Amino acid sequence: MALEKISRRELMRRVGWTAGGLTLGAWAGNLPWTPAALAQDVPADASQAFDPSVYLSIAEDGTVTVICHRSEMGQGSKTGLAAVLVDELEADWDRVEIRQAIGDEKYGSQNTDGSTSIRNFYQPFREAGAVARQMLITAAAAQWGVSPQSCRAEAHQVVHRASGRRLGYGDLARAAAALEIPEVETITLKPAFEQRLVGQPLPIVDLDDMVTGRASFGLDVRLPGMKVALIARPPVVGGRVATLDSSAAEAMAGVQVYTLPVPEGAPGFQPLGGVAVVAPDTWTAMRARRALVITWDDGPHGGYDTEAYRQTLEVTARQPGEPVRVVGNVDHALEGADQRHEADYYAPHLAQAPMEPPCATAHVHDGICEAWAPTQNPQAAQSQVAATLGFEVAQVTIHVTLLGGGFGRKSKPDFIAEAAWLSQEVGAPVQVVWTRGDDLRHGYLHANSAQHLEAGLSADGKVVAWRHRTVFPSISTTFSADAKAPSNGEMGLGLADLPFDIPNLAIERGEARAHVRIGWLRSVCNIYHAFAIGSFIDELADRAGRDPLSLWQELIGPAREVDFGEVEISNYGQPLTVHPVDTGRLRRVLDATAEDAGWGRDMATGSGLGISVHRSFLSYVAVAAAVTVTAGKLRVDDVWITIDCGTYVNPDRVRAQMEGSVIYGLSLAFYGAIEAKDGAIVQQNFGDYRVLRLHETPRIHVRLMPSQGLPAGVGEPGVPPVTPAVTNALFAATGERVRELPLSKAGWV
Amino acid sequence: MIAFHVNGEAVRVDVDPEMPLLWCLRDHLQLTGTKYGCGEAYCGACVIHLDGEAVRACVTPVAKASGRQVTTIEGLSEHGDHPVQRAWREENVPQCGYCQSGQIMSAAALLAEVPAPTDDQIDQSMAGNVCRCGTYDRIRKAIHRASQEQG
Ligand code: FES
Ligand code: FES
Repeated sequence: MALEKISRRELMRRVGWTAGGLTLGAWAGNLPWTPAALAQDVPADASQAFDPSVYLSIAEDGTVTVICHRSEMGQGSKTGLAAVLVDELEADWDRVEIRQAIGDEKYGSQNTDGSTSIRNFYQPFREAGAVARQMLITAAAAQWGVSPQSCRAEAHQVVHRASGRRLGYGDLARAAAALEIPEVETITLKPAFEQRLVGQPLPIVDLDDMVTGRASFGLDVRLPGMKVALIARPPVVGGRVATLDSSAAEAMAGVQVYTLPVPEGAPGFQPLGGVAVVAPDTWTAMRARRALVITWDDGPHGGYDTEAYRQTLEVTARQPGEPVRVVGNVDHALEGADQRHEADYYAPHLAQAPMEPPCATAHVHDGICEAWAPTQNPQAAQSQVAATLGFEVAQVTIHVTLLGGGFGRKSKPDFIAEAAWLSQEVGAPVQVVWTRGDDLRHGYLHANSAQHLEAGLSADGKVVAWRHRTVFPSISTTFSADAKAPSNGEMGLGLADLPFDIPNLAIERGEARAHVRIGWLRSVCNIYHAFAIGSFIDELADRAGRDPLSLWQELIGPAREVDFGEVEISNYGQPLTVHPVDTGRLRRVLDATAEDAGWGRDMATGSGLGISVHRSFLSYVAVAAAVTVTAGKLRVDDVWITIDCGTYVNPDRVRAQMEGSVIYGLSLAFYGAIEAKDGAIVQQNFGDYRVLRLHETPRIHVRLMPSQGLPAGVGEPGVPPVTPAVTNALFAATGERVRELPLSKAGWV
Repeated sequence: MIAFHVNGEAVRVDVDPEMPLLWCLRDHLQLTGTKYGCGEAYCGACVIHLDGEAVRACVTPVAKASGRQVTTIEGLSEHGDHPVQRAWREENVPQCGYCQSGQIMSAAALLAEVPAPTDDQIDQSMAGNVCRCGTYDRIRKAIHRASQEQG
């Protein structure tokens, strides 16, 4: 635990990590040698001769170790980031090992969320590889007594051009380690045409383990003497145990029962409380939990009923809201409009439901806590575990396993804190297992939302006025008891950043209180915003008797960077000057998709084409869907999806994410609904929380837009346009408009 | 004591006969390749072969395995090169990978029975396997590929 002895300030100085972010790429400052102890994830053995960055070390045998500080949950950034670094380093991909980082602020943000891994770390990883390459060249040149400019790096070696002399990276590692780390500004990055890995399809590094069962996920952690715990959590958020009879459970061999502390204040990432059974194995824990007899005091949210709550949201959505962005005068323009149209949309709560439910293994011993978990955010886990245990952050080590999916659920470390608390009580390693039912009943739900839209059309079918009011319980409510309206950040997810060319525009929000823990789910508010906007455009086209594609094109307008005036747009944490809302790119993906789908062709009776386009996470995605309705049942036959995500690293994984986004989007459009009655969640398993299956899968046609732009998000932007493309296609096929999700509610699937 | 074979090796376990085979494999035999996704026969993450037939280990009591041959993903092939595994690599099927043991075991059982399945047959026999990451399109392609290669 060498880290404990280094003060935080000292640590920041040494690794050059500034509060302003990652401008230094977490460089080791001016330290010629980062102590191996500081890079805890790299074994502290002398063979790690050269580690000029927290992301990289080179051993004397030439093995390159890349540290992956982001969590891998299927999006492929573990492979992608390593490829970016290794490409710049000019190292041999076959001599690279990738190690997963523990949670540690020295890496910069590890919060694997918001589709940020490539878009925020492409540049730092390039720089890490390029700086190391330059140092290896300098070391070789010095050894040969030649100028560094006369040498180049190539396939894990430095070559002196004139003489053809070569030295391998392993042989140079010690000498390179003795050099000053050059300033990033002095380093030349490879031009795009010299990149060998970036831009090429690359199999993911865990592929072999995944097809042979060797890949180790959170639930696969096995520690000597480990016990397994299941927790009966309060059915209602804010509830607590009223009475407990645990005698039958405790009569089972090896079973112990513990009552967890009741969380205080806003839920945050605290464990929910409840009663834990700790057993020698999972099956015994399951039986023991069933044997508990508990009555609950439900607390203030015991009356939560999603049907009734829906009415509340809808009433609010029809009253004036708080304007967030206003252009011109909507009321005035509506009065003068030739036609007015309005519509209300509703979308229910969703659960992320990653294939591997939350789970964590912790071992508290000798004043420290070690935990192994499939977490999207090991630093948040470290903080929460420390808070739960009354430890300093430095006493907590979070090891990140592979994640069996995340989708935002595993950003919240409540389940890791549960394991830590139990291990401390039990005095042994404890694995907390969440069943699928636990996952659905005790999650951080995607908000339910009501949206009210109004528009005015001119006599020639142009949109002259547009009002969009959104109402949903904010994610902020999970962290602050006072929060009562969507935050600016949430408004910026596909609504305040509306890119359309409309002279009179009003975007408003309404208040809503939360009665469950609200959290983020893949694509977040973009899902319901894109559903409402994409559907409404289709409705307006119908009202105006126009082709929907031409209306989309007209609304997008001429190619430009959208000017938001004084309104602050959250823009996924990026300045608009760097990542503008570019309508030219929006239009290009729309047109490409329309072309791929054969927009305008004749469709058989009962079939229809629908289209939608949406910018989110700084990427531009259009989706077209072809559907067939037979005897009132919908089938999605084909989906075309085009993404412009700027520069991409691994085209195969971008494709995979688009394919996955279509499936995730269709799952929520078809079936996604979490309901509450008497404060408790109704859904119990994949039987009543259905997700898409292979036999319902359409043909998926992915197009990647070539782009030299800055890297943008990939994991999330594919989802939002899927639903409106499908519901618009359903309208084209049947003339029936869907304003409420999921489609199963009205019997379409 | 319940005795059976796992991946060709004789094992004896002293557990509750009602314990699902899934937890016996994972907790008592340290074979964690077989996954938990729902525990109630909805998702197929736990699919194994019992005497060559695909079953859901989460709802199969260990007593049912008595005297029989259990094959898990770890034992599907000696070198990880079953035609289905090879095809899975070729098509780059996995995303997070968590559902893939079950997918591969279901696909291998299908191909053992129907060497050249149609899309409809694939639909039918793979409908019990959920992939939340959405790798279905590639699963279908990989099954066709494996079928051709073993052909
Ligand atoms: S875990 Fe067995 S079917 Fe889901
Ligand atoms: S690959 Fe993630 S659930 Fe299938």
